[in-house]
Amino acid sequence: MNLLARYAENIFWMARYMERAENLARILDVHESFARDTRGATNWFSIVQLNADEKDFFSRHDRPTATAVIHYYMFDTQNQNSLLSMLRMARENARTLRPWISTEMWTQINVFHNKLLEMSAKGIATQNLSKVCTWIKEECQTHAGITEGTFYRDQGWYFYQMGKYIERADQTTRLLDIKYHTLLPSPVEVGSTLDVSQWTTVLRSTAGYHAFRRVYPRGMSPTTVAGFMLFNEGFPRSVVMCVRQIDGLLTRMRSRYDLRGGSNAMERVDELLAALLSRPIESVLRDGLHEYLDWIQLQLNVVTTEIAQAFFGMDAPLAVQSQSQ
Amino acid sequence: MSVPEGKPSDLLSSYDPGLYFDELFGSMDLPAEHTALIRQRLSGLDFDELRRRAQDVERELYNLGITFIVYSDKDAVDRILPFDTIPRVISAKEWAHLEAGVTQRVTALNLFLHDIYHDQKILKDGVIPRDLVEGNHNFRPQMIGLDVPFNTYIHIMGTDLVRDRQGTFRVLEDNGRVPSGVSYVVENRHMMQRVFPDLMQDIGIRPVDNYGHKLLDAMMEIAPQGVSDPQVALLSPGTYNSAYFEHIFLAREMGVPLVEGRDLVVENDRVYMKTTNGLAPLHSIYRRLDDAFLDPRAFNPDSLLGVPGILEAYRKGNVALANAIGTGVADDKAVYCYVPRMIKYYLDQDPIIPNVDTRICREPDALQYTLDHLAELVVKPVGEAGGYGITIGPRASKAELEDCRAKLLADPSNYISQPVVDLSVCPTVTEDGIEPRHVDLRPFAITARNTWVLPGGLSRVALKKGTLIVNSSQGGGSKDTWVLEGAA
Repeated sequence: MNLLARYAENIFWMARYMERAENLARILDVHESFARDTRGATNWFSIVQLNADEKDFFSRHDRPTATAVIHYYMFDTQNQNSLLSMLRMARENARTLRPWISTEMWTQINVFHNKLLEMSAKGIATQNLSKVCTWIKEECQTHAGITEGTFYRDQGWYFYQMGKYIERADQTTRLLDIKYHTLLPSPVEVGSTLDVSQWTTVLRSTAGYHAFRRVYPRGMSPTTVAGFMLFNEGFPRSVVMCVRQIDGLLTRMRSRYDLRGGSNAMERVDELLAALLSRPIESVLRDGLHEYLDWIQLQLNVVTTEIAQAFFGMDAPLAVQSQSQ
Repeated sequence: MSVPEGKPSDLLSSYDPGLYFDELFGSMDLPAEHTALIRQRLSGLDFDELRRRAQDVERELYNLGITFIVYSDKDAVDRILPFDTIPRVISAKEWAHLEAGVTQRVTALNLFLHDIYHDQKILKDGVIPRDLVEGNHNFRPQMIGLDVPFNTYIHIMGTDLVRDRQGTFRVLEDNGRVPSGVSYVVENRHMMQRVFPDLMQDIGIRPVDNYGHKLLDAMMEIAPQGVSDPQVALLSPGTYNSAYFEHIFLAREMGVPLVEGRDLVVENDRVYMKTTNGLAPLHSIYRRLDDAFLDPRAFNPDSLLGVPGILEAYRKGNVALANAIGTGVADDKAVYCYVPRMIKYYLDQDPIIPNVDTRICREPDALQYTLDHLAELVVKPVGEAGGYGITIGPRASKAELEDCRAKLLADPSNYISQPVVDLSVCPTVTEDGIEPRHVDLRPFAITARNTWVLPGGLSRVALKKGTLIVNSSQGGGSKDTWVLEGAA
């Protein structure tokens, strides 16, 4: 059966918004853990920096206090990158897709959105942030589970998966970047208790700590952690793992459904994968992790644009795209 | 009128339908024997239990997103269509009568549409005034001389029926353009099956869940000849349309794409969908878009919802549209008055379901009568839908009546008048217990080569005490409608 170009786009973005919401919940949760540490209020500002939201944020807030930043990323509907905005976008896409997706997928997103909307009226206290973030993460995982168990496996499934993995790869680079922005230790602190505990938190936020320990039973360094999150072949949130998935999905989808378009997207993904596999982590860190992460994000955007041009209809509006680059 | 004898009931013991015909109890002359078992089971329920189950249903409807959108000044709010859990029950015999009546009516209206877009015999014979048809803003000259498959124009019809004090069903209105509400018929049944399995067990209720199959069959039947596997789609104005849920529902039930105008292009007078693999041909479209928005090249040039060039593709026979273009002239409130004569003219039959007595104010006698009896009559503008612009004489204030009189005198041909029909009532769950509330009934008929009528239809209920207007936009709700199995 043919897949409407617009549906393909909606599926792709529904997956991305759900994945993005889960990752933002993880990031907020990590920050709360850091905020409990010794560094105080500046930590909250780094989330704003991370998303390049400084201008928008300061147009409505004087200072990046915990309360202001939490509200801004949880419930501020003027902020496209807030959880409520993401859920609204996910729901809008799901609403359009209701003839295509399972009723259970739609219902869960609908109820999730409505609960978050109710919560936004009351607001949340900083001390409850972790609990709320856990809830959001679990709702996103419920979505993933329902999708796995109920979404009919046709072309739409491939667009869903590609959206999810592109977003996940992007978000992993952002999580790693937090460490760069906020927590870049002074040379004295490298290897200190604080430094190690922060790296541990980054790993835990991606549920990667135990896996990391299995690979590196002793010691923890920026090199091993960053290398693990970027290049590990078994870690489900590593950039390489995600890009390999995208590569395989795109190849299989094009051949299974005999799709004419997408060769440019294919080339870009192949190039990205080759580039990722060609550089040892030591060289990445030496030349600057932040710049490298930026470059990956840019490549993922290029892949998205190529997929959009190939499959989402030539004049399909990309208004739903709110990548904050 | 008191409640006719039935099983003594706890829940229904103090229920009093007053002067109206009651759907669950019937009347003294026409007691509803077919509902005895249902009444007995309802009586066994506790009121709080009934309320609790009703709340379960409403939460479920909201979570499932079985909603329509209400626009206020700045917000679009999802609302459920309030659902009342006490069913409206129709006997096999009553249904046989209604089914025949609806079929007769849709047959006559299709003959009428074919006639006015071809030979216009009915106009030449003076049965219906020519200007009423050709001067109607829903008359489409583009349709003149065009042949459509099986001469069917109204593929999907919703006929609004009411029941008067004597229990006689009457046609209040025909909906032959884009009638909505059928999704609630099917979803209401699902809800009842989940929440009231005990009430429904072994009653023998005719199913409603095959509507989608029947609709798809019709869409395939009317597709252009020579296409072996026609591609069907539902054309929606989009997610902001208040009936969007119904569009989703019908596309899903038919297993066809839900498309918007922007998904379609016309090339060489053929219609295509934009897919991930380029353009794919489309043959048969169930459109939920009024004529005016369908093709900016042919109709409203400002419409962004339509498909430029689709009229020409349609005229060339390369795509089927349901309903056909130009059906609005048949469901006009002024033309409605002539439907009984139409039935006589084309079919040489008397109407199986009569009209409500209607006066058409363009005729001087009728206008005079209407002005003289304004306080007793319902006056309706002919061009409005959704219960807007109606003046109900007995309930209007002096000022409202004077306002209505002025409008009538200024533009008499824009109005019809009817006596107040005492809509039948049905026991309904309210804050204060089980009370009578007015209901109507909208059966849905699907026609391609033949006509099929969905057993039952949408029973709308006026939830506000005393009100007669059942439209969802005016605070109406709905009930599950049970057509009982059995010999007619």
